[in-house]
Amino acid sequence: MAEAEMFPLRARGVSVSLGGHRALDDVSLEIGARARTAVLGANGAGKSVLLRVLHGLIAPDAGSVAWGESGRRPAQAMVFQRPVLLRRPALANIEYALAVNGVRGDERRDRALEAIGRVGLSHLAGRQARVLSGGEQQRLALARAWALRPQILFLDEPTASLDPNAAAEIERLIGGIHAAGTAIVFATHHLGLARRLADEVVFLEQGRVAERTETDRFFSSPASAEAQRYLQGELP
Amino acid sequence: MPEFPQDLWRIVALSLEVSLAATLIACALGLPLGALVAVGRFPGRRGVIIVLNALLGLPSVVVGLAVYLLLSRAGPLGELGILFTPAAIVIAQTLLVLPIVAALARQIVEDAWTDYREQLTSLGVSRARAVPTLLRDTRYSLLTVVLAGFGRAASEVGAVMIVGGNIDGVTRVMTTAIALETSKGDLPLALWLGAVLIGTVLAVNTAAYAIREWSLKRHG
Ligand SMILES: Nc1ncnc2c1ncn2[C@@H]1O[C@H](COP(=O)(O)OP(=O)(O)OP(=O)(O)O)[C@@H](O)[C@H]1O
Ligand SMILES: [Mg+2]
Repeated sequence: MAEAEMFPLRARGVSVSLGGHRALDDVSLEIGARARTAVLGANGAGKSVLLRVLHGLIAPDAGSVAWGESGRRPAQAMVFQRPVLLRRPALANIEYALAVNGVRGDERRDRALEAIGRVGLSHLAGRQARVLSGGEQQRLALARAWALRPQILFLDEPTASLDPNAAAEIERLIGGIHAAGTAIVFATHHLGLARRLADEVVFLEQGRVAERTETDRFFSSPASAEAQRYLQGELP
Repeated sequence: MPEFPQDLWRIVALSLEVSLAATLIACALGLPLGALVAVGRFPGRRGVIIVLNALLGLPSVVVGLAVYLLLSRAGPLGELGILFTPAAIVIAQTLLVLPIVAALARQIVEDAWTDYREQLTSLGVSRARAVPTLLRDTRYSLLTVVLAGFGRAASEVGAVMIVGGNIDGVTRVMTTAIALETSKGDLPLALWLGAVLIGTVLAVNTAAYAIREWSLKRHG
């Protein structure tokens, strides 16, 4: 099915309450095919919840999330802020995801090997996923998501626990994934990452979209007072 | 040291055999059952969990009686003619171990599901497909459940006495032998047999622990 029929992803008036707390409040936004959207905001602003809602893991209490004209969903994947890896070797984690999605035999192995190579973890393919370092686990989770060839990829803090080199490497990788035709939506506290990688910034403040602006404009002259305050707090 | 029965080794072997068989069957049924209840969504799920947990305290004499009635000549399964055979003991022990395995597996798998649910759902894993995945990922915790089940089977006396009959050379196991010697007043022998029983259970647990350590080291 053509991408054009499945995109854009439209959230309309989405509200979500979790444990009595209103995590998202009347959120509306649109994500087109090949979008590069950064979701910014303070801790607890609702970034992770927004990604989950868009990905379809949380159903909104009010409002709707819908895909394109056809109503069919594109292939999606998400890398969580704290990814869960299975108790098996690193490569087997990727193979598992591929197996679940119907990829068989040699192709499964080839794609898994390619994915783990992409994130620079080939040398750890046989190591137990649970004993990998935090940054290695995050890279493995990205490889697993990428191996599924998603048309849209949600990333929650993709560089949070990476060293500077690994972060730069992952940034390149995400850029490459986008260049190959995947829409990316990511939450981050690394403003440099958002600046370089995103076309558009969605800024959340206490569960509401305070503004949604093209990236350059967001960083030079943010429209909302909330975003101005947030950017002023940035460390030099 | 008292004089051991000539066929002590046979009693030990039969104890091990029936208890292991019952544990195996109970696990084959109970682990998937517990996991299905853990991840499943169906009406009456809460009730199932409460009943499952309540069955942990299932009185073994009642189980013995039920199996006896089932297998007795006039009973619905009387045709099989397995009352007072090791098979009857296995059935009774299985019924006693099954709730333990299912209830504890349910709790362990449900806790894991809480942690895994979003990730697995995101990867496109269905609830049914999640069952074997979760069982595999909780295998080290589940080993303890299996051992608890085995301990329950090996230490059972009441139900085993009722459906097995403690027939010398046929259905006499360690626990019923101990009960018999105690009632005959041969307390030293009963005590020695008790020590052998404990030693047997300890040996099985040691073996399981060693396997677990070995595979933890290999697989992390
Ligand atoms: N399952 C839940 N139950 C109750 N409250 C929740 C739940 N999930 C999230 N919240 C609350 O919703 C708010 C938004 O959470 P969210 O994880 O989206 O924040 P975030 O913007 O991703 O923050 P961070 O930058 O720290 O990752 C927080 O106040 C959080 O405590
Ligand atoms: Mg978050």
